[in-house]
Amino acid sequence: MAPPEAAGAGTRHDPWQTATVVAIRDETARAKTFRLALARPADHLAGQHYIIRLTAPNGYTASRSYSVASAPDGSAEIEVTVERLVGGEVSTFLHDVVVVGDEIEVRGPIGGWFVWRGDTRALLVGGGSGVVPLMAMLRLARRTGQAGLVRLVVSVRSPNDLYYAHELPGPEARVVYSRRAPLDAERPAGRIGRPDLEPAILPDATAYVCGSAGFADAASRLLVDLGVPVERIRVERFGPTG
Amino acid sequence: MAKVTRGFFGRRRPAEEGRLPPGQYDVGDDWPVLTAEVTPQLDTASWTFSVEGLVEQPTTWSWDEIRALPPSTYNGDIHCVTTWSKLGISFEGVAVDTLLLAAGPLPAATHVLAFSHTGYTTNLPLADVTGGRAWVAWEVDGSPLPVEHGGPARLLVPHLYFWKSAKWVAGLHVLDHDEPGFWERNGYHDRGDPWLEQRYQGD
Repeated sequence: MAPPEAAGAGTRHDPWQTATVVAIRDETARAKTFRLALARPADHLAGQHYIIRLTAPNGYTASRSYSVASAPDGSAEIEVTVERLVGGEVSTFLHDVVVVGDEIEVRGPIGGWFVWRGDTRALLVGGGSGVVPLMAMLRLARRTGQAGLVRLVVSVRSPNDLYYAHELPGPEARVVYSRRAPLDAERPAGRIGRPDLEPAILPDATAYVCGSAGFADAASRLLVDLGVPVERIRVERFGPTG
Repeated sequence: MAKVTRGFFGRRRPAEEGRLPPGQYDVGDDWPVLTAEVTPQLDTASWTFSVEGLVEQPTTWSWDEIRALPPSTYNGDIHCVTTWSKLGISFEGVAVDTLLLAAGPLPAATHVLAFSHTGYTTNLPLADVTGGRAWVAWEVDGSPLPVEHGGPARLLVPHLYFWKSAKWVAGLHVLDHDEPGFWERNGYHDRGDPWLEQRYQGD
């Protein structure tokens, strides 16, 4: 396992650092990607997350974890994609108040389990915003010429809910629409099922399943039914990261 | 020191002051589900709980046997490292003290490694699971513990971050040393006291 916080391992300095917002991009009506320049860059693994901490003048803080969407590329910048949750203290602030040039505090990268190192076969299964850490993996695979190692299946309600819509499509990626499919879709709208996943299971692949608790349970059960061993299924359930 | 974020004023309700550990928020009626593995379907007919390792009498209880032990209740709050807290929740089960009393930890015992039917593990100092501070719980707010929350039974150590409260718990391995569990090997703090914000390694 790699050090979970590469920059903090073995040293005593403050694990928090200042990041400057250098770009903000709409992914969907409810999701934005924030590109952050790190004061103290650290290599991350695809699938890891950062914590964003907001601090009020009276010292009150609110922090939430956000998966990194960008592939590790040796740069001093990362991207996180944030869904705006109604009533979400941190996500509404990021969406409604933060502008390019603002500084926010971040900590990371964190997590040593839901990570893909780029050299093994992987099945990436995402529901809605659960695609974010999987996108870091897909981007890494494509950037290193290893796209043949991965298959991505992402389920979204409608075409309007698909993150990275211009970048994501490709021979190794499949989009499943659960409520409303575009006219040229390969299949009618409906919940993710065995026929969606079966062709994506490469021999000895590790499955990375990310989404809501309901989606993660449904998708991981399908994989078990399709013969994927439980110990080769890694799950990240998104809670309300408001 | 934390640096003030431009335009952020927060909105914690005054009633929560003092009850929420630093950096936590009140999740209200929700109870998020955050686990790293496939949710298992465990049958109480074959379910067991064991205390093993450095004990005088390694002991295994069946579902009916553990349910026949003197019950114990926790009423209070729980805190997840992902920053939500749930205030005013009640669990019923058996105190870990009762289970350890039956097995009898040897004098050299200092820690336990809790293990689950899924293979999940988490480590705890013996002192954190004794003295009426830890339970094996099978009811929440008067109802059977749902499977997504660790049913039929989970460990409950509410004074530490909730990843220590292993879902689908299968037993405690008593040790004379500390041995990191699943999340503790994956970047999280060894002990996880929410009041000290021991979230990650190095905190």
